[in-house]
Amino acid sequence: MLRYTLKRLISLIISLAVTSLVIFFVIEIAPGDPASLMLGVNAQPDTLAALRAELGLDVPKWQRYLNWVGGMLVGDFGTSYQYRTPVAEMIGNRLWVSLPLALYALALSTLIAFPAGIFAAARRGGPGDVAIMSATQLGVAIPNFWFAMMLVLIFAINLRWFSAGGFAGWDNGFFAAMKSLTLPAIALAMPQAAILARVMRSALLDVLSEDYMRTARAKGLSARRALWRHGLRNAMIPVLTILGLQFSFLLAGGIIIEQVFFLPGLGRLIFQSISARDLIVVESVTMLLVFAVIVVNFAVDLAYAAVDPRLRQRS
Amino acid sequence: MSRNLILGALLSSLVVLAALVSFFWTPYDHTAINVPAKLQSPNGTNWLGTDQIGRDIFSMIMVGARTSIAVAFVAVGIGIGFGIPLGLWAAANKGGWTDEIIMRGNDLIFAFPSLVIAILITAIFGAGAVNAIIAIGIFNIPVFARVTRGGALSLWEREFILAARVAGKGRARISIEHILPNIANLLIVQVTIQFSLGILAEAALSYVGLGAQPPTPSWGRMLADAQTLVSIAPHMALVPGCAIIITVLGLNLMGDGLRDWLDPRLRLART
Repeated sequence: MLRYTLKRLISLIISLAVTSLVIFFVIEIAPGDPASLMLGVNAQPDTLAALRAELGLDVPKWQRYLNWVGGMLVGDFGTSYQYRTPVAEMIGNRLWVSLPLALYALALSTLIAFPAGIFAAARRGGPGDVAIMSATQLGVAIPNFWFAMMLVLIFAINLRWFSAGGFAGWDNGFFAAMKSLTLPAIALAMPQAAILARVMRSALLDVLSEDYMRTARAKGLSARRALWRHGLRNAMIPVLTILGLQFSFLLAGGIIIEQVFFLPGLGRLIFQSISARDLIVVESVTMLLVFAVIVVNFAVDLAYAAVDPRLRQRS
Repeated sequence: MSRNLILGALLSSLVVLAALVSFFWTPYDHTAINVPAKLQSPNGTNWLGTDQIGRDIFSMIMVGARTSIAVAFVAVGIGIGFGIPLGLWAAANKGGWTDEIIMRGNDLIFAFPSLVIAILITAIFGAGAVNAIIAIGIFNIPVFARVTRGGALSLWEREFILAARVAGKGRARISIEHILPNIANLLIVQVTIQFSLGILAEAALSYVGLGAQPPTPSWGRMLADAQTLVSIAPHMALVPGCAIIITVLGLNLMGDGLRDWLDPRLRLART
């Protein structure tokens, strides 16, 4: 297990290093100089030079890259060109919206998908299965931002149960904040729940045809008990991978939903920073999102190997 | 043929037909502004109503289908054009350093949140259909590379490949003449899936203003226009939304149906 962990850890570090290089240089080749953008077209050359020095833009590219990566390692993400505040602080504030939103959506997605997938698998071919599978087909086909607009139309504009957008803030109490995240979380969760339910169903169906399931039944367990005791546990492996992938997707995928609901999360931060050429913020947020994806995948792989010794030996 | 396949093919051809017909005929000029007739609900003159400046929504949906299909089509083309050769190469040189580099590169692209990068690319290099295509297309490359390699690897173990090698054929020739035709099924199914994802991605990018630019109509931007007006003119959001759903649903059903139909084992299991 230690060997496996080390091997995966090395590949994790290489991935992160390559990722940071790619992100930095893709963004750096972008046209537009942040300093001249901040000062306008009529700026004096010496003021421009002074600002460039202040922002650390006057050193060679490779040194800026090293400064950026080195800073991130100790939690210093640099200073925003636009607001002159530490990027780490900006990201921290936004994470308080994006992270709860992603977790909320993940919880909803799991709560919907697990029962639906188990129910469909247990009644394979029956009307319940057909109904759930048709619903998931639809769920995958609906763009989540459109679904979000429909939720606003129904629950905010017509029924007035929720506000159409904005974030109440955690200072106004847990429930007020969660309430303003509810519609966005539903919109985000819906397509994910559809995918997860399908994975759950097919994973269970694969397991149900295994020999040990027949043994369990032969031992005298009822179909229901065999499903819960032996089926579910074995079906969880593919389900957990998808769940891990979904979390990182939800964190990044909130970008569009945050636009629909005017939520002050990471997504809106990226959009605002891109239009203001606030490159350092864009780089850092992108890096953070990719970092989250890579680390979650790493954790899922390790969890896998811990559960299933076959995976350790194979690699 | 399954019901899924027929229904999916019908829905997809409906959209393709709308796009093709729009080259010759639309009920109105999709750019014609008619402010007095703005925000009309669906009626006899404007079958699907009008938007905030009185443009005919039915005509815009028809022309918008062109944009969606074109973007998704070329983006899938990029995935096929780069991904399949890479996947074939990786499988033919299994375990070698080129295989390792190709697969690690794949993993890396997979780890990137595709939407974030697509937004980044379009924002940096300018919003527009071409950059949207590139942004979506890049993420199709590892998908096709992986599917191709996965399918090809198991074939390389088979006797008929061995026979071809004994006959003196090179790896490249075997890949093209023997491997590719045998994984065509897999790839066709993947094409329909990626096509539907491309339609969704194009809609999302246009929705945030980074896709095709006005006056080219696109379903995503129609939704963005509808957002602030959804309470007084819900049809403006409903119509493009349904167009996207019909297209994606059609492609997905077709993909599922094709997979069952093209896989002889599944076909036997059913009968």
